[in-house]
Amino acid sequence: MSKPQCWQEVPLATVAFGASALKVQTGLWRSSRPVIDTEKCISCYKCWLQCPDDSIATDDEGKVAGINLFFCKGCGICAKVCPADAIAIYPESEFSEEDREGGKTGADPGEVGAHVG
Amino acid sequence: MSDKKKIMTSGNLAFAEAMRQIDPDVVAAYPITPSTEIPMKFAEFAANGKVTSEYIAVESEHSAISACVGASVAGARVMTASSANGVALMHEIFPIAASFRAPIVFGLVNRSLGAPVNIHCDHSDSMPERDSGWIQIYCEDAQEVYDTVLLSVRLAEDSRVLTPVFVCQDGFITSHCYEPLELLSDETVKKFVGERKALYPLLDTDNPVSYGSFTMSEYYFEIKRSQMEGMNNVLPVYAELAAELEKETGRYYPPIESYRADDADYIILIMSSASGVVKDVVDELREDGIKAGALRVRFFRPFPRKELAALAKGKRGAAVLDRSASIGGTSPLAAEVRSALYSLEEHVPVQEYIFGLGGRDFYAEDAHSVFDDLIKGRYTETPRFIGLLEKDDKNERA
Repeated sequence: MSKPQCWQEVPLATVAFGASALKVQTGLWRSSRPVIDTEKCISCYKCWLQCPDDSIATDDEGKVAGINLFFCKGCGICAKVCPADAIAIYPESEFSEEDREGGKTGADPGEVGAHVG
Repeated sequence: MSDKKKIMTSGNLAFAEAMRQIDPDVVAAYPITPSTEIPMKFAEFAANGKVTSEYIAVESEHSAISACVGASVAGARVMTASSANGVALMHEIFPIAASFRAPIVFGLVNRSLGAPVNIHCDHSDSMPERDSGWIQIYCEDAQEVYDTVLLSVRLAEDSRVLTPVFVCQDGFITSHCYEPLELLSDETVKKFVGERKALYPLLDTDNPVSYGSFTMSEYYFEIKRSQMEGMNNVLPVYAELAAELEKETGRYYPPIESYRADDADYIILIMSSASGVVKDVVDELREDGIKAGALRVRFFRPFPRKELAALAKGKRGAAVLDRSASIGGTSPLAAEVRSALYSLEEHVPVQEYIFGLGGRDFYAEDAHSVFDDLIKGRYTETPRFIGLLEKDDKNERA
């Protein structure tokens, strides 16, 4: 469903249709960034379990592979719960301009207000 | 016609009887005077198996209306009732219900807001809710309450409207006084109201939706504008429904009732139960050759401004009698009337009166006195008070 362009196109009754949160780039809110040291990581999934935003990426073998910066808003819970001390938090300003704009997901800016459409 | 029944009943019991016939899916209520009898009687119906409804006894009015909203967006047909401070406690949830387009039908039995604590009638409880996005209909008598409940179910649930409705009646005066009332048969009512067809029921798990998600400046404005369209459709949809019910009842209620106002020079605008006295006085003045008339405003939201401008056009004077005050501003009905008449090329002078606060009685002599003011051209910038004890006067009515 495309984004509404006028008031006649917004869904009735404030409803948001299913699974629309997947289109919202909460990563735009981030001011600090977790970085996973995959050498230290034991793939215990504690960070995966506690992450409020579906930001812990896993690979085909089920191992923790990194952070999905499209969703990660930098809350830091993952670093707090990590028993292997494998996650460190850095200020966004330490990353290059290009890297900051879209994180690792780069090209896809997400949809502002995606849940409305 | 033979399936109709005449009974003696009150405004509250007429509302409850309509609820029994409608048999809504869910009723959540927290009783408060003077609307207590509505949930009381309905709880009895539920306990005795006269309805199939889920009756939810809750711990406050805030919970009552919250449960109603949840049930309504789940897809249920929902009704409730309250008054005065109970209505005020519900305030937070009213705009949410309206935005969710939850077609709740609400028996609002008008009672003054405290303090001081007072259980009698004025409109200070419903008027603060006029901007909450609900339809407001004010009834003159028990028969009108009964008929309006039936109409309101259809009106609220109509896909062009999808807006909750307050069915207002005057506390004690209408809610507790017994009068003859004609009931339709259960079958006729069930056929008229039909089944609710919810657009996005929460219980439809194959098509999941969320209601009221976080929406910042990018779309909030558009969503509010979309909501307004439902209210814009109310009067045309109501006209269809009222004509349909008239075929069953023989009774038709326009958004504004015009009583001998067509050729009148002087008119009183008033709402709810006090209209009867004004109509009597209109009849008396007509016998004396004075062209008096009355306009009883039934719909306050949406306010029928075009209808009012047409009805009030060319009058030599209009008195607006408000049963609530907007302290520091213009009383609610007077403000609407002045605004609606502003567009008329020929100015109609409007005088604001405040009457009946906290159940202060309103007499025929009061209506006579108001018409006398209009005839003699006595207008003041500030509102006049009817029946108020003033220093050094001989009013002994308190």
